[in-house]
Amino acid sequence: MAELMIDARDVTCSFTISRGMFRGKQQLKAVNGVDLTVERGEVLALVGESGCGKTTLAKMLLGLLPQTSGTVELCGQPINDVPRLELARTIQPIFQDPYSSLNPRKTIGSIIALPMKVQGIADQDSMRRRAEETMDMVGLPPRLYNAFPNQLSGGQRQRVAIARALVNRPQIVVCDEPTSALDVSVQSQILNLLNDLRDELNLTYIIISHNLAVVEHIATRVAVMYLGRIVEIADTDTLFKDPQHPYTRALLDSVLTPDPNMDIPNNQLGASYPNPIDPPTGCSFHPRCVNAMPRCATVAPNGKADGGHYVECHLYDDGAN
Amino acid sequence: MSNRVLDVENLTVDIPLATGILHAVDGVNLHVDRGETLCIVGESGCGKSLTSLALMDLLPTKAVRKIEKLELSGTSILGYSEREMSDVRGNKMGMIFQEPMTSLNPAFTIGNQMIETLLRHRNLSNDAARDLAKLMLEKVGITAAEQRLGQYPHQLSGGLRQRVMIAMTLLCEPELIIADEPTTALDVTIQAQILLLLKELQNEFDMGLVLITHDLGVVARIATRVAVMYAGQIVEEGTAKQIFENPLHPYTRGLMRCIPVPGKTKRGAPLGSIPGMVPSLIGDFTGCRFADRCELTSDICRQSDVSLRDPNVKAQAYRCIHGIEMLAKGEVA
Amino acid sequence: MSEIDSEVLESQTKSSAFRRRILGHQGVMIGAAIVLAAVLIALSAPFIAPHDPYYQDLLNRLVPPVWDSRGSWEHILGTDHLGRDYLSRLIYGARISLLIGVGAALISGLIGTVLGVAAGYFGGRVDMVVTFMITVRLSMPVVLVALAVVAIVGGSLQVVIMVLGFLLWDRFAVVMRSSTLQIRSMDYVAAAQAVGCSTTRILTTEIMPNVVNNLIVIATLEIAHAIILEAALSFLGLGVQPPLPSWGLMVSEGKDMMLFEPWLITIPGVALFLLVLAINLLGDGARDITAPENRN
Repeated sequence: MAELMIDARDVTCSFTISRGMFRGKQQLKAVNGVDLTVERGEVLALVGESGCGKTTLAKMLLGLLPQTSGTVELCGQPINDVPRLELARTIQPIFQDPYSSLNPRKTIGSIIALPMKVQGIADQDSMRRRAEETMDMVGLPPRLYNAFPNQLSGGQRQRVAIARALVNRPQIVVCDEPTSALDVSVQSQILNLLNDLRDELNLTYIIISHNLAVVEHIATRVAVMYLGRIVEIADTDTLFKDPQHPYTRALLDSVLTPDPNMDIPNNQLGASYPNPIDPPTGCSFHPRCVNAMPRCATVAPNGKADGGHYVECHLYDDGAN
Repeated sequence: MSNRVLDVENLTVDIPLATGILHAVDGVNLHVDRGETLCIVGESGCGKSLTSLALMDLLPTKAVRKIEKLELSGTSILGYSEREMSDVRGNKMGMIFQEPMTSLNPAFTIGNQMIETLLRHRNLSNDAARDLAKLMLEKVGITAAEQRLGQYPHQLSGGLRQRVMIAMTLLCEPELIIADEPTTALDVTIQAQILLLLKELQNEFDMGLVLITHDLGVVARIATRVAVMYAGQIVEEGTAKQIFENPLHPYTRGLMRCIPVPGKTKRGAPLGSIPGMVPSLIGDFTGCRFADRCELTSDICRQSDVSLRDPNVKAQAYRCIHGIEMLAKGEVA
Repeated sequence: MSEIDSEVLESQTKSSAFRRRILGHQGVMIGAAIVLAAVLIALSAPFIAPHDPYYQDLLNRLVPPVWDSRGSWEHILGTDHLGRDYLSRLIYGARISLLIGVGAALISGLIGTVLGVAAGYFGGRVDMVVTFMITVRLSMPVVLVALAVVAIVGGSLQVVIMVLGFLLWDRFAVVMRSSTLQIRSMDYVAAAQAVGCSTTRILTTEIMPNVVNNLIVIATLEIAHAIILEAALSFLGLGVQPPLPSWGLMVSEGKDMMLFEPWLITIPGVALFLLVLAINLLGDGARDITAPENRN
């Protein structure tokens, strides 16, 4: 049996929103009771619209945000008990915007060497050697060691960000929209690189993306999030061939493959994404759902797992139609 | 009466910088007919956004526009004063930007802004203007239009704002809409809805549409004709079918290989890429601008400028010295 | 990796472009020239001053400057009501002005930066407390408070520096808070956290280097501010005490004879005006040059 890298149980993260001095405070449940497991070597994609909680979930996995309730286990150990430096050695992020993820005042060399410095590697020579090895691995020429970020193109910057994440050889990498700030021709290079590195270093990826074409290309399993919950999760082939949740179907319908013979799809979703401070009752998707039934407005659906295919929708309740 | 809404010849935009003149847009010709959608596609810095701003005469003050012909429905608007242009912009040409928040005034309600636009450009009573504004909001798929008129832009979601923006653009029934990355800031689900709306409205009002985007998926689904821009020039132009099914220019071909297509590209298989990067456009440049990144480059590519040509007269022009046979072989290589 | 070459080439001109931007900015050049001259004069005062600024020559009182028909080259800018050489007092006065300006800006800069960065980085309660402190500070009239303190404690160079230092930190705090807030939201700060950096390390290596530009701009403006306030306090007799040659004090001492001997107040007045103008030009220019919209 494959090794469990991440085991999240009923994880919730809520923020307190102040609505002005006299209107009191409200809870925003950015992530609301998520169960998620990730095995070694998997590429798990988190997809969903903006505000669905995918970035918040990723931040909790990285230890950057505390969970309000529930537990996250990282390699079998509760994440809150993992010492900071050990956590940093195990799981690392890659951010969306390579223009904001590199400190403009530091050289490429010192950016890549920082994780080693923090881990207490004092030997300058070995640090430099390892930084250069990593640069080579991600396709950066060593002469950029002393360059500053503003001297690099977007693609190169993203390579630096990848090098920084990988220099201490973590086991899990969380990529938050790793290619969406990049041009098409650069995007493909970064995707190829991520794929190669995964094979080479036996990495586990968690990829957050709204680009389903990219997800289909790189992920082995996909989790669809809506309003803080995972509403469907399945391996990539199953999800793309046999999407069950109406939201997943709408999402897949919205993908614009570059085929001039096809029209613009009509995904039949209502215009507005609900306000997460004031989520709909019952199934939170029901106001936009084409298959909504009376029950959906009052009762939240229970999840149903069929093998590895999990879906949260009343359509698949026992005894439904 | 001719169907041509927009006719542009030899548009050039130069930006003087401390280090020299940046030739951001270089000799662009464009034309759009009624009911037609022209997509200008290219990567960041290729000059597609400046092209659209140049058409509206909204370039940053530093930029210098040179243009031989700029006709809107057969009337030249080249020598128009700022005042006349602003009339044209509201009335005959509409513009939709990537971030609607920047073009909506946050201090006024949606209704206020729509009615004001109507009163300025059209001879209407206040009530008639309000009714028309409401009608237009309903037309772009906004429910509870009456209430929305009283809301401020920040109270709306990104998708709704873009709909309001489109409604405002449509108020004066323009002949041409220029949309610069109208869906880039939106979620995929909303993107599909907005594009669908644009296309339906375009048919209904029989407008010309110039859509600027970097997203090939959007282009394939909405375009009638496509112009691919690279380093300030149009490098290939043709119908959507031609561009996507039989791209000729090595850059267009390269782009097509870069994008993963569900069901077509094998999972995890390496995607194509275009090595190298866009040349600096500061100062004079001779030869093909793609020469440094092209696998078919030979010495002649760098010797003289390459013109956009259409050897087979199939309305698919490309900017490359190589013949079609040679380009087809490049695909294999 | 041919994609790198043109980029690196292009960016090698970046530092030279920065130099060009400084040299091309007239305000900065003029400001820098005057400030530099003032600093040099202040530093070399003992060597260039023609006379002892404290030596009273009661026989040669109120000698007008050299351009007046009654003036002489012995006292180029004349002498004051106690017969002290005005040029020498002006030269030594530059020391006092700059000392007070820089001293007060250092103290207020330290206070304001610590408070502002803490508020911007930690947010929440810390931010609330700091914002409250800023509001309280802004509601105190600087000149009145300074007058009161000096009147109680007694005026001296050190007291003036301390009082101004403790009163002028508000702008530092406001600006440092907002720029820290902005930098804190950058992904590289999150990346540093994920890498396991301590808060101290993040503050010193990720935040501070990116807000120090603003700090320099504010510091120059506050130096000018402090110089003006010192002059005002000294003019009111509650700043630097005689016989120290402060420019504000010189104006104050000359004011009784202002109608008959106007140069007594115009000379130190013009000196003050030029120095403050120059420092402000330098500060404004520094902001222009380092402003992001100016980068390309």
